Amino acid sequence: MNSEKRSLGFYVLTAFFALFVLFLYGPLTTIFILSFQGPNGGLTFPMNGSSVHWFKNLLFEQQAVGDFGGAFTRSLLLGLMTMLATVVVSLLAGLAFRRRFLGSGPLFYLTIASLIVPSILISLGIGLAFQVFGLNPAWYSSAFGAHLTWTLPFGLLIMFAVFNRFNPSYEEAARDLGATSWQTFAHVVLPIILPSLVGVGLFGFTLSYDEFARTLMTAGTFNTLPLEIYGMTTNVTTPVLYALGTVTTVFSMAIIVVALVAIAVLRKRRARKVAG
Amino acid sequence: MTLSRLAPYLQATPLTLILAAFLVLPIATIAMVSFWDYDSIQIFPAFVFTNYEETITSPVTWNTYINTFKYTLIVWALTLLIGFWVAYYLAFHIRSTTMQMVLFLVCTIPFLTSNIIRMISWIPFLGRNGLLNQTLMSMGIINQPLEFLLFSDFAVVLAMVHLYTLFMVTPIFNTLMRIDRALIEAARDAGANGWQILTNVIIPLAKPGIAIGSIFVVTLVMGDFITVRFMSGGQSASVGLMMANQIALLQYPAAAANAMILLIIVLMLVGAILRVVNIRKEL
Repeated sequence: MNSEKRSLGFYVLTAFFALFVLFLYGPLTTIFILSFQGPNGGLTFPMNGSSVHWFKNLLFEQQAVGDFGGAFTRSLLLGLMTMLATVVVSLLAGLAFRRRFLGSGPLFYLTIASLIVPSILISLGIGLAFQVFGLNPAWYSSAFGAHLTWTLPFGLLIMFAVFNRFNPSYEEAARDLGATSWQTFAHVVLPIILPSLVGVGLFGFTLSYDEFARTLMTAGTFNTLPLEIYGMTTNVTTPVLYALGTVTTVFSMAIIVVALVAIAVLRKRRARKVAG
Repeated sequence: MTLSRLAPYLQATPLTLILAAFLVLPIATIAMVSFWDYDSIQIFPAFVFTNYEETITSPVTWNTYINTFKYTLIVWALTLLIGFWVAYYLAFHIRSTTMQMVLFLVCTIPFLTSNIIRMISWIPFLGRNGLLNQTLMSMGIINQPLEFLLFSDFAVVLAMVHLYTLFMVTPIFNTLMRIDRALIEAARDAGANGWQILTNVIIPLAKPGIAIGSIFVVTLVMGDFITVRFMSGGQSASVGLMMANQIALLQYPAAAANAMILLIIVLMLVGAILRVVNIRKEL
């Protein structure tokens, strides 16, 4: 196809794709701009001057509702816990599924079911189970488990994709050279799949950091950031809401960029090693 | 040797335990509580069918389901249409792999940011004094701001398409990338035109991706409550929202009965999709 001239279809689809990207990013851009609204500005255009008033208001003043700092800390910690658990558990399960074992079929379907069951059911179910067993739900216990039911299937599917493309002759070569199975894993398998593990970690962190429905009934006494933001939407009618939106989105984007750079660097380093 | 035979079991144990504790047990609890009784202050163990009876015989439930199916059908059709062409463009019109990955990431990044923020971000655009109304009024197309833009079914569908199209793009893109380009060459050599190649070669081979994307979108929309609550301003109903309201009123057994019915319907829909398309070989 490469030698052909661009057809009319190409230009039509390019325009369509550009519109789609505009559709994805346009609204986010508007709240980004509006978060720099002047002190007397409102929730919509026109801009009434421009300032960082609402960011200062968000970060340094006591809000009428909620506790932004505490919610952010909890979401950050929960995201990191979920990320670590997702990477470790998906990697182990991915390794397990490379071989046949009794119950692998049911476990696979259970993992897929975890992806399909509506979030609100997980939320309700975990909330009820904790109540029935007389436990207090908290963001680090019940919400942590609820988030894992969402991140682990993604992690496992990524591991499947990785191991489907993994060439087992590397491991055989290592074993022929006398490496133990641990050495083979640590010095051969792990370096090859490391970029994908960073990807799994990225999914684990961001999906947890932004999760709302699964946290709703499982967070317990203290809110996570998405719950806090949702609470604000019903009470706050100033651009401080947009400032919060901008801050959390910039934070998410920064995490994504760091992860992508890490993946690129790891890949390049590997390529250099292989070439050298 | 025994250890190496045991290894997969040990490696699969953490996943199994987590899913048992946070998926199987909670759903079993919902199933149990759906037969419990409740009054205005507490729930108590019992074995009654009233929760199911009340749910099934209430016309509100039926209307809510009809509304939810309406959302599901519209959002599914739109995300499929948009998602397919976006994936098609990326897979067949972008020539360099690097560019493909960059554009794919451009589509993926919003998925990794907050859904709530992405919903909020429609307010300045669709609101009564929002950008769209201002633009249309200044162009003289309308005299009064359009009221239906925000807090309406229109807004719900728009936000869902915005949130969920990526779930279509990714699996379809994945299957399109695996299509052997020689098949398309062969079809063209055999005299097929662009449309025939699309309908006879590409779409049949993209079916598994379409099915996976459809499962995602259907289950997400069927269980959604936050988009419906936020974007309709509380004016529209969905099954998820009905459950969320019952939960807020502490009517857990009623919510649990609703949840069981929703779960059965979602599993039936997924089963129906899997009957049409076999996705096993994709996984």
